[in-house]
Amino acid sequence: MKEFALIFRINDINFKPSPEQMQERMNWLAGIVAQNKLVDKGNTLLPIPGSAVTVHANNVTTDGPYTEIKEFISGYIIVKTETIEEAVELAKSNPIFKIGGNIEVRELLKT
Amino acid sequence: MTAVLCRHFGMKHIEIAEDIASDTFLKASENWAINGIPKNPTAWLYTVAKNKSKDHFKRASIFESQVKNELTSGKLQEEQHFEFDSQQIADSQLAMIFAVCNPANSAEAQICLALQILCGFSVEEIANAFLAKPETIKKRLLRARANLRNDNFQLVNLTEADIKSRIETVLKTLYLVFNEGYFSKTNDQLIRKDLCSEALRLALVLIAHPLTNTPQSNALLALMCYQSSRLEARINHNGEAIAYEQQDSKLWDQSLIDRGNYYLINAFDGPEISKYHLEASIAYWHSTIVDGNKWQHILQLYDQLMITAYSPVIALNRIFALAKVHGCEKAISEAEKLDMSDSNYYHQLLGYLYADKDIEKAINHYQLAIRMTKSKVEQQTLRKEIERLSPSNQICRNKGKQF
Repeated sequence: MKEFALIFRINDINFKPSPEQMQERMNWLAGIVAQNKLVDKGNTLLPIPGSAVTVHANNVTTDGPYTEIKEFISGYIIVKTETIEEAVELAKSNPIFKIGGNIEVRELLKT
Repeated sequence: MTAVLCRHFGMKHIEIAEDIASDTFLKASENWAINGIPKNPTAWLYTVAKNKSKDHFKRASIFESQVKNELTSGKLQEEQHFEFDSQQIADSQLAMIFAVCNPANSAEAQICLALQILCGFSVEEIANAFLAKPETIKKRLLRARANLRNDNFQLVNLTEADIKSRIETVLKTLYLVFNEGYFSKTNDQLIRKDLCSEALRLALVLIAHPLTNTPQSNALLALMCYQSSRLEARINHNGEAIAYEQQDSKLWDQSLIDRGNYYLINAFDGPEISKYHLEASIAYWHSTIVDGNKWQHILQLYDQLMITAYSPVIALNRIFALAKVHGCEKAISEAEKLDMSDSNYYHQLLGYLYADKDIEKAINHYQLAIRMTKSKVEQQTLRKEIERLSPSNQICRNKGKQF
């Protein structure tokens, strides 16, 4: 089994999920759990000023997350599957695409 | 309420606690019928119970002091402090669950005890649920209660060690109470629902306490939520069972499925995978309509279950999933390897698997199954299935097509 991080990105900094949207995400997660493919529920990362600072070289800090390409990481989870294709399949049914977000699938380096 | 009182009296005096509790509800039904239901019914009930307990102890202490002088300064003289806040109620219920689920008693006796002490069922109600004679249940309960008294389980401070040593028995008992309702032999829909919702309520008590809010408890609760979501859909108005495939999924309770998802995710917060995890996962797939691979997932989970918690029922259910994934032919050859011809479910399964291939064999198996089951509901359902398959009906159906 390989492990993959699913990294969620959205572009609307003010996005607050409705109860229905949260439910939809939870139901998606339950589907992964029910295949015993979840390694770590991960975390949601707050993007708002005061909760996010980016540290650069030479002691320079900027407020907010690193948003070079106008989108920021909103959270991640870790799944286990045989292949990356399987992990991609899991990601495809996530409701994040309905709000213009995307998911990066990255294999974890196992030592 | 009995649980809270027992915490003060100890398991030895469970009868007194029960008497006070039922007296209290009697008084409530008299009083509320005249004066209406009070603003805070729970508080009202507990205040009455509190006073009744104090009266009891006063009487008891007078009795004791007059008959046995040496006890005048004994425990019973102490002013009893009764706290009936919600924390107390929750703690007492939890402690009571652990006291009742005593490994000294058989599984059957534990279910009966749980129903009587934790859920307040009468002997008649329990007998109805089990399709047994009230006398039998009464005897079973008496023996089980004697065991509880001898054990003298500490109700006041439930320690981590107590919880660890018994949580497995507790989960199993709740699981059995739930199944007793879900797969009940009675066609009384009310009893079925009562049993299921009581088991759910008790599982919620476990989740509410940090020491018992374990991955396994969450998995069991998730399982109960998923199964309960289909309670309405799986029985028709005549009390007959409706096969899963014929259920109207619009009748499934989505809010219960959502709750199930929540607890299922919590259950997988850690490396442990118990039988409840696997069963809850299977129930998840039964509660979802979207995924085309669902039978494959289910089959995989049954494969795991076969390793961790083999039982004949699981073996048969696995074959059903196998038929869904690999077809009836493969399933039949695997089923016949099992050699469980003394089980009615085995014949039900083979009846189902043969239905499209060999009607005569299918009917044969269904008839064997009918002879082996005591459940009227099951017999009814199987007879219908035979009727549907029987040759005369087949001809009618074909004729119908021609016209």
